[in-house]
Amino acid sequence: MKYLKFLFTGVLFGIVLAKSEVFSWYRIYEMFRFQSFHMYGVMGSAMLLSMLMIWWLKKRKQKTVYGTEISFNEYKKGIIPYLMGGIIYGLGWGLSGACPGPIYVMIGYGYFAIIIVLFGALLGTLLYGILRSKLPH
Amino acid sequence: MTDFIMNPWPWYVAGPLITMVMFLQLYLGKKLGVSSNFQTMCSAAGAHRIADYFRIDLKAKIWGIVFIIGIILGGFISARYLSYDHRVELNPKTETALSQLGFEQVGTSHVPPEIYDLRGGKNFKGIAILLIGGILVGFGARYANGCTSGHAISGTANLQIPSFIALAGFFIGGLVMVYFILPLIF
Repeated sequence: MKYLKFLFTGVLFGIVLAKSEVFSWYRIYEMFRFQSFHMYGVMGSAMLLSMLMIWWLKKRKQKTVYGTEISFNEYKKGIIPYLMGGIIYGLGWGLSGACPGPIYVMIGYGYFAIIIVLFGALLGTLLYGILRSKLPH
Repeated sequence: MTDFIMNPWPWYVAGPLITMVMFLQLYLGKKLGVSSNFQTMCSAAGAHRIADYFRIDLKAKIWGIVFIIGIILGGFISARYLSYDHRVELNPKTETALSQLGFEQVGTSHVPPEIYDLRGGKNFKGIAILLIGGILVGFGARYANGCTSGHAISGTANLQIPSFIALAGFFIGGLVMVYFILPLIF
C-alpha cells in the first residue's frame, strides 16, 4: 500500500504526457524542425515553474511528508558523459520519437510497437552497464 | 469544460501540471525521473551477474516500477476516456516536409505508420528503426544519467550545469537525426 501514491503520481504524469501529445513522434519531429512552440512551451514552462518551486522549497526549508530532507536532482561535475550520452540519447529520441516516459504512455495508449523501443532501451542499458568501465566519464 | 479536457491540452496547462507532479514526487521523498527504471529492469532480469552496474538494491526501486505502471495506466485512461480522437494538428510546414520524405497519413494518429505499423510482419525498416532508436535512447540515457524528465526538466530546474550540458546534447543528437539522418533513411 505504501507504493500506491506513486501509482497516482504516475497516472497523473501519464495523462499529462498523453494529453499534451508530447509522446507523439510527429511532435518531436516538429520540435526539432523548430516549427511549433508547443514542445518548447511544455518543457520550458515546466522548467521555469519548477525552478521557482525548488527555490521556494529550499527557501522555506520544506521537508518531505516524512519530515526528512528533500533530495533534489544533483549531478557530479563533468562534461563528457552528459554531452556524449546526451547526443546518443538525442539521436534515439529523434529517430524513435520516444523518450523513456512516453514509452510507457504509448504502451497504455495502445501503440504496441513501442515494446520494441523498450526492448531496445533495455539492450542499450545492458550494453552501457557492460561497457561502463571502458567509457570516458 | 468537457471539450477542454477531451481535446489536446495546450502547453500552458501541461507545463504547470508537470511541475505539480514533480512537487508531489519531491514531497513524497522521490524525484521525477523515468530512465533509471531501465537499470532496475535489467537488474531484476539478472544483469547483475554480468556487470556491477546492475548490483543495486531492487527493493529501493519498487516505487519507480509502480510509477511507470501508473504512466501506462495514464496513457490507457487518456486514450480510452479523455480523447475524442487521436489526430495531431501539426504545422502545415511540418506536414509538407514529412510528405516530401514519403510519409503518408501525417498526423492521423500520434505515430507514423511507416515506422510504427508492424501489422503483416513485413515492416522490417520500422522494426530496425524502433530497435536502434531504443538502443540509443537506453544507452544514452544511462550514460548521461538521466532523460528528458530527469535532466531537461528536474536537473535544469535545480540549476545543475550537467543537466544543461545533457540538454544541449539531446538537441545536437535530435537535430542531426532530423536534418541529416532521417532524410537518408526516408
